[in-house]
Amino acid sequence: MKTIFKTQLALLLLLAVGLVSARFAPAGYKVGDTVQDFSLKNVDGKMISLASNSQVKGYIITFTCNTCPVAKLYEERIIALNQKYASKGYPVLAIQPNDQGISPGDSYDLMQKRAKDKKYAFPYLVDETQAIAQTFGATNTPHVFVVKKEGDKFKVAYIGAIDNNSQDASQATKKYVEEAVDELLQGKAVTTPSAKAIGCSIKWKKA
Amino acid sequence: MTITNKPKSFWLTVLFLAWMIPAMSQHVPVIQFDQLNKRIHQNNDTLYVVNFWATWCGPCVTELPLLESVHKKFANQKVKVLLVSLDFKRDLQTKVIPFVQKRKLQSSVYLLNETDYNTWIDKISPEWSGSIPATLFIKTSRNVRKFMEKEVKAGELETIIQSFHL
Repeated sequence: MKTIFKTQLALLLLLAVGLVSARFAPAGYKVGDTVQDFSLKNVDGKMISLASNSQVKGYIITFTCNTCPVAKLYEERIIALNQKYASKGYPVLAIQPNDQGISPGDSYDLMQKRAKDKKYAFPYLVDETQAIAQTFGATNTPHVFVVKKEGDKFKVAYIGAIDNNSQDASQATKKYVEEAVDELLQGKAVTTPSAKAIGCSIKWKKA
Repeated sequence: MTITNKPKSFWLTVLFLAWMIPAMSQHVPVIQFDQLNKRIHQNNDTLYVVNFWATWCGPCVTELPLLESVHKKFANQKVKVLLVSLDFKRDLQTKVIPFVQKRKLQSSVYLLNETDYNTWIDKISPEWSGSIPATLFIKTSRNVRKFMEKEVKAGELETIIQSFHL
């Protein structure tokens, strides 16, 4: 009896360890991966998925929020990216991943207000369960994933920063996202498929 | 001359006070990445606890007291806390220095003036996505290198430092 109990205990422990490591395993997409479609609520109350717009060639998926100072520095640039590329088939899809309990400034109401005040011409989706940010492997804001449509799938073509100067857009010497999308539009491979930047950590729900 | 009337000890006190003033008002050197990298890669006996933060980063500001307590607790050991601010240089006088003074930070504070982040983030750690707070523990002479990209909890820094058996 005792040994059976011990075995059960050992199995339980193993299971627990497995669960814990699964929770903290470095998840997330890499360049070339196929993105699983999702459905998230937009600031207008409608549900949006990648498949919602059948006209696109891809998306500039941007994890961003109302509150992060770095995201704020990039807000105009995100708006400009959509202006430049939506008509060419690469609209912006903004996703707000912060837990609203930890970051009250990122509540759904305030997201609606922000999108209205700044006249966002792109969806601003709330990732309430944070499952999409986790699936993508988004870590900070702003964090961009450029995806390219291939058949009915979307493949990751670029991950990372918008450009190499958060302080001053006019001083940026590398415009990573623009370069990536331009290359995709020309049917070329993306020269710089990832680039890192300092940003605010995503405010994850306390476990 | 009045100068000669004063005892020598008086002038020594004046000199000492004059020397103390800059030491009391915490200053924040602006450094480049190479300087930081050199500083933390010295082949000496010191463990560097390098914390990347910014005045605009809420969780960073929250955990600063924990780094300050490490600075105090290990003052007699070869542990050096470096608080590396990623604020912009333009905010040094208006935000960073007032912040450091108001909080009376005792650890060494630097402002890393390198905004082309992709050129150096991987050199701190390839695991680092770029979010802050982040902390690097490094002691080159003993091959100690541990990187953490998250907000630390109370006691966690001490446990990690002690795990290196300095």
